[in-house]
Amino acid sequence: MAELLVCLPVVWAALAFAVPSNRWRPWVLPAGGLVQLVLATQALQQTKLTGWDNWLNLDPLGKVFLGLISVLFFLCACYAPGYLAQRSQRNNRVLCACLMLSLAMMTLIILSHHLGLMWVAMEATTLISAPGLYFNHNPRSLEATWKYLLICSVGIALALLGSLFLAYAALHGGLQTSLLFDDLVRQAPQLSRPWLHAAFVFLFVGYGTKMGLAPMHTWKPDAYGEAPGMIGALLAGGLTNCAFLCILRFVHIANAAHDVQFAHRMMVFVGLFSMGVGAVFMVRQRDFKRMLAYSSVEHMGILVLGIGIGGAATWAALLHTINNAMTKGILFLSAGNIHRAYETKLTADVRGVLRRLPLSGWLFLLGFLAITGSPPFAPFVSEFSLLAAAFRQGRFIEGALFAIMLLVVFIGFGATVTSMVFGEPSPAAESTTIRDSLATCWPIVGFALLVLVLGVYLPPPLATLLREAAAFLENSS
Amino acid sequence: MSLTAIDPFLVAVVLLNFFLLGTGRLKALIFAVALQGAILGIIYPLAHQGIHPSGSNVVSLRLLALAAAMIVIKAGVMPRMLVYAMREANVSWRIDPYIGLTTSLLLGAVGTGLALVLSRTLPLRSEHASHLLVPASLSTVLTGFLVLTTRREALTQVLGYLVLENGIFIFGLLLVDALPLIVEVGVLLDLFVGVFVMGIIIHHVNRQFTASTSDHLSALKE
Repeated sequence: MAELLVCLPVVWAALAFAVPSNRWRPWVLPAGGLVQLVLATQALQQTKLTGWDNWLNLDPLGKVFLGLISVLFFLCACYAPGYLAQRSQRNNRVLCACLMLSLAMMTLIILSHHLGLMWVAMEATTLISAPGLYFNHNPRSLEATWKYLLICSVGIALALLGSLFLAYAALHGGLQTSLLFDDLVRQAPQLSRPWLHAAFVFLFVGYGTKMGLAPMHTWKPDAYGEAPGMIGALLAGGLTNCAFLCILRFVHIANAAHDVQFAHRMMVFVGLFSMGVGAVFMVRQRDFKRMLAYSSVEHMGILVLGIGIGGAATWAALLHTINNAMTKGILFLSAGNIHRAYETKLTADVRGVLRRLPLSGWLFLLGFLAITGSPPFAPFVSEFSLLAAAFRQGRFIEGALFAIMLLVVFIGFGATVTSMVFGEPSPAAESTTIRDSLATCWPIVGFALLVLVLGVYLPPPLATLLREAAAFLENSS
Repeated sequence: MSLTAIDPFLVAVVLLNFFLLGTGRLKALIFAVALQGAILGIIYPLAHQGIHPSGSNVVSLRLLALAAAMIVIKAGVMPRMLVYAMREANVSWRIDPYIGLTTSLLLGAVGTGLALVLSRTLPLRSEHASHLLVPASLSTVLTGFLVLTTRREALTQVLGYLVLENGIFIFGLLLVDALPLIVEVGVLLDLFVGVFVMGIIIHHVNRQFTASTSDHLSALKE
């Protein structure tokens, strides 16, 4: 079953590549996404799932991410046919194939218990997502794709160096050298300390680059700004979370080695710094898609801050990965609709979205309220839990900074969004042909419903899954 | 045979690093990176033999095939691919850095010195006693990073990335037993595909602009 989860999307990708019709090809995506979702749901119910001689293993932490990626991809894939029908003049063969391949690689990252294989899959996702970024084929997206490829590849190269340091830490401790996660966790107390610390620095910087933490985030505004909305949603909700999982694997090893303090300190610092950078650059942002990129930087900061604080904040951070991904789905897809209707990304030129595109406008407004932490939406629950956990553990400074930066983000984001959605659209905007259609809106409604439901009611199976994942990570299960 | 047998080759690699930082000609840079790749391909079986506890002839056919593939890809295919991608435009074969060649050279020298000092804090096992391996690795990584960040042309940025990967590979020599061949081949494949995709993009850049400096790739800013 584990092998099937990884290999089936590759088959779908080949199928997408083979379909000759540009009109029917996008329908492969929702079909493949649905099959993957069904398989993933079955996989989540099994207590033990391994494959390829234990190189693949679905552990409690992996279950959270597997469910998240499968749902995210399915809803984004359902958006694809409507979107690609509006972009019918462009050949979507490479895009569709690369999207299915990226699903395969993300699943491989989640399931992989061999850190080398995980690394290869991570590098592969960088390369595979490049054609998606370049879908608009203009000089700006070319520049964005170049920056993305270069910066992320360097980051992942540094992560490889970190993985090698970790393997040597085992070798130096006189242990059987292995990049298998289970072996490293078991042998963790005997790992050589200096090598372990050096490894974590490189791994955190490397995978943090892919995650988009500051100061390695410089590719994000350009990439999310130029990519189509659907790609942006998959990057912001999928790939960054996979990079987060890679970092979590190493935090787990450090936990098992009872030497996690330096890791936690680094994560708290970088988390708060990322939140600060996101907050500062979001104010007076002139391009609304770049604004979403800085929102992503901020939320990645929140995730590592939660893990860095530890304890109950770990559970909150894991819940926040889900909430953030779903909300980013709303924001990026509706921003894509707005961009296409107004034919501009500048906030100064966009007015009156609620009149011009009622459904997308409302969803965009709802997405803003959700991502900045308003109840009754899901991110409020996870952010509040994180704050409460921080205060309960006596981390008053971190908690206060966290709250202040959330406020700054709310103000900056809010000013832009309100100026966009209210008011009257310009005559030029009224005359473009794109309207809100069911095909480009129902997946966003799907995301919105999830965000609303999770904010009001956390299903017990999900709560249990998160608790198990947090316990697994902190090595106390 | 111990690991110190590869020391002369590591010295050659570090000297090539300095050459990379100081050269102002693109063709010389490409040649030097190709040469570095070839040296690493030669080191690979030697290191494997040096590390193996019995020290006897463990150089298998698979190992030699991998070393040969490495030399062919790093020294032959990839440089040729990059030159081909540059063919279409009026490209200047002169390198134009942001911070000057002498400054880059000085930074590289300081970095190598720091790498030597830093390596003392990272203890090696007795059978890996090589004073040059970790410093050479870190120095090459730093060189790659410097070339990548301080050069204008997109092609030199790719070459910097190649050098960075070379540095990581040098460190990987300590772990030739640990890393199963599958992962090594996977790493090599990733590198190949990565440079291939970058080459395609450089090609597109050439078509969009008249010269492929990434100065043109600086329209996106705050």
